[in-house]
Amino acid sequence: MFDAEKWEIVWTHRQTFIDGTLSTLLMALFGLLIALVLGIIFGLMSTSRSRLPRVIARIYVEFIQNTPLMLQALFLFYAVVFSGIEGFSALLCGIIALGIYHGAYISEVIRAGITAVPKGQLEAAYSQGFTHIAAMFYIVLPQTIKIILPPMVNQVVNLIKNTSCMFLAGGAVDLISRTNAFAVGEGTGTAAGQGYIIGGVTFFIICFPLSMLASHWEKKLKMRDVATVKVRKKPDDISDAELDMIIDNKGGESNGRVDGQS
Amino acid sequence: MDALTGSLKMITNGSVLVYILKGLGFTIGIAFFAVVLGIIIGTILALVRNYCNKGAAKIFKYISIAYIEIFRNTPLMLWIFIGLVFFPSIEFPTEFTKLFELSRTEMAVLFKAIIALVLFTSSVIAEIVRGGLNSISKGRFEAAYSQGFNLPQTLLFIIIPQTFKNIVPTLLSQVITTVKDTSYIANIAVAELMGRTFQLIQISPRYTGFSTQNVSDVFVLCGLACVMYFAVNFTISLVVRHMQKPKRIKAAAKIEELQ
Repeated sequence: MFDAEKWEIVWTHRQTFIDGTLSTLLMALFGLLIALVLGIIFGLMSTSRSRLPRVIARIYVEFIQNTPLMLQALFLFYAVVFSGIEGFSALLCGIIALGIYHGAYISEVIRAGITAVPKGQLEAAYSQGFTHIAAMFYIVLPQTIKIILPPMVNQVVNLIKNTSCMFLAGGAVDLISRTNAFAVGEGTGTAAGQGYIIGGVTFFIICFPLSMLASHWEKKLKMRDVATVKVRKKPDDISDAELDMIIDNKGGESNGRVDGQS
Repeated sequence: MDALTGSLKMITNGSVLVYILKGLGFTIGIAFFAVVLGIIIGTILALVRNYCNKGAAKIFKYISIAYIEIFRNTPLMLWIFIGLVFFPSIEFPTEFTKLFELSRTEMAVLFKAIIALVLFTSSVIAEIVRGGLNSISKGRFEAAYSQGFNLPQTLLFIIIPQTFKNIVPTLLSQVITTVKDTSYIANIAVAELMGRTFQLIQISPRYTGFSTQNVSDVFVLCGLACVMYFAVNFTISLVVRHMQKPKRIKAAAKIEELQ
């Protein structure tokens, strides 16, 4: 572990790790952008008043959340390869797969956030002549931001951890794939342990502050009085996060659905 | 259309279908094993993190925090690779590996991946259990102490049973995640559903009667795997929703009452 020679091998190949980190961050950033767009669209659809968009959003969320990301990524990769579209790299495939997968989770987060805003707010907006979409955009969404921030940041952490989804399809661009290539590579294989330490520490440095931020915000949110959810609701509209608050009538650590981890 | 017929011939081929179904069996078995062990390790970690607050015992608290945070903030796949290189190779007897229709090397690799999955899952479950522990009111502890229980007894007989009753739905959701996480094992071993699907995609011409891979092979195989994963996970998520129904109704009634 403290063998200077082995660390020297890592140092001479430092570009591998830098490139890996950069492409992981690149995938995470653009994947997150797609996920946010999809999440907002489907999140709004799932709170729509008409049935069709609700059903479509439900199917999207259930289908994506119940199948593994690896399978989706692999399927997408092969579909693109066989259709012969030019210019689709494994990186781009990974970004799209990540976007679609985490879009489903983000849409659920947004749906929970929207249902946490009292109905009266919407009704007031309608009475002022807002259309449904305008009311959502100007009145409801700004109020949901606070509620959805902690689970959203958790999703970002998961997204960063999931950037390795293209490994099977041969997309050795992200940090884990490159670390692994380093660890099994000829000439560098002796420093496998050091390589993994670098890879792991890099992930930890990126993800740990985000996780801390999420749990800090979550604690702050739970501290707020139960009064914020004292609105008459149908049983199905109560989000997991609210359940414990209402029943125990107090704060406490999260007991909500921890999902999308990898 | 001929290509599609060829691809369909592949999954109507009994031995291929059985091979895939056995993969599904591995997926469910591995996920179950990982969650059960994860609950045991995770509960210990959560208890240590929450209640080892005195004197020298504090060192265990810090170890537990480090373990949980390190595994939560690094990807599972990294641990699977680390496991492949660094975990000890266990020499399983041939009689045992034959039960699973794997060679001894395959079994050893699969075992390493499963250990990585268990370590990772236990850190997530530790946080779920801790969430449950924290949502139990202090009064329960005080009541137990007043009855002469000490801390371990209080935890064992009073707190843990109540905690687990509360977190069953969250734990079941974690089973869904773990079922999906088993697909990462496909990166190093061919045993569970994802690995077998990928393997069959690569050797599909052997079964379709064509000389090359067709896009319909991918569609059929990935589609079948999708259906299987979906069937398992959706069933669990329906159970979760069913279990939370009474709780939701109770909460709705309580809101009504507050107004």
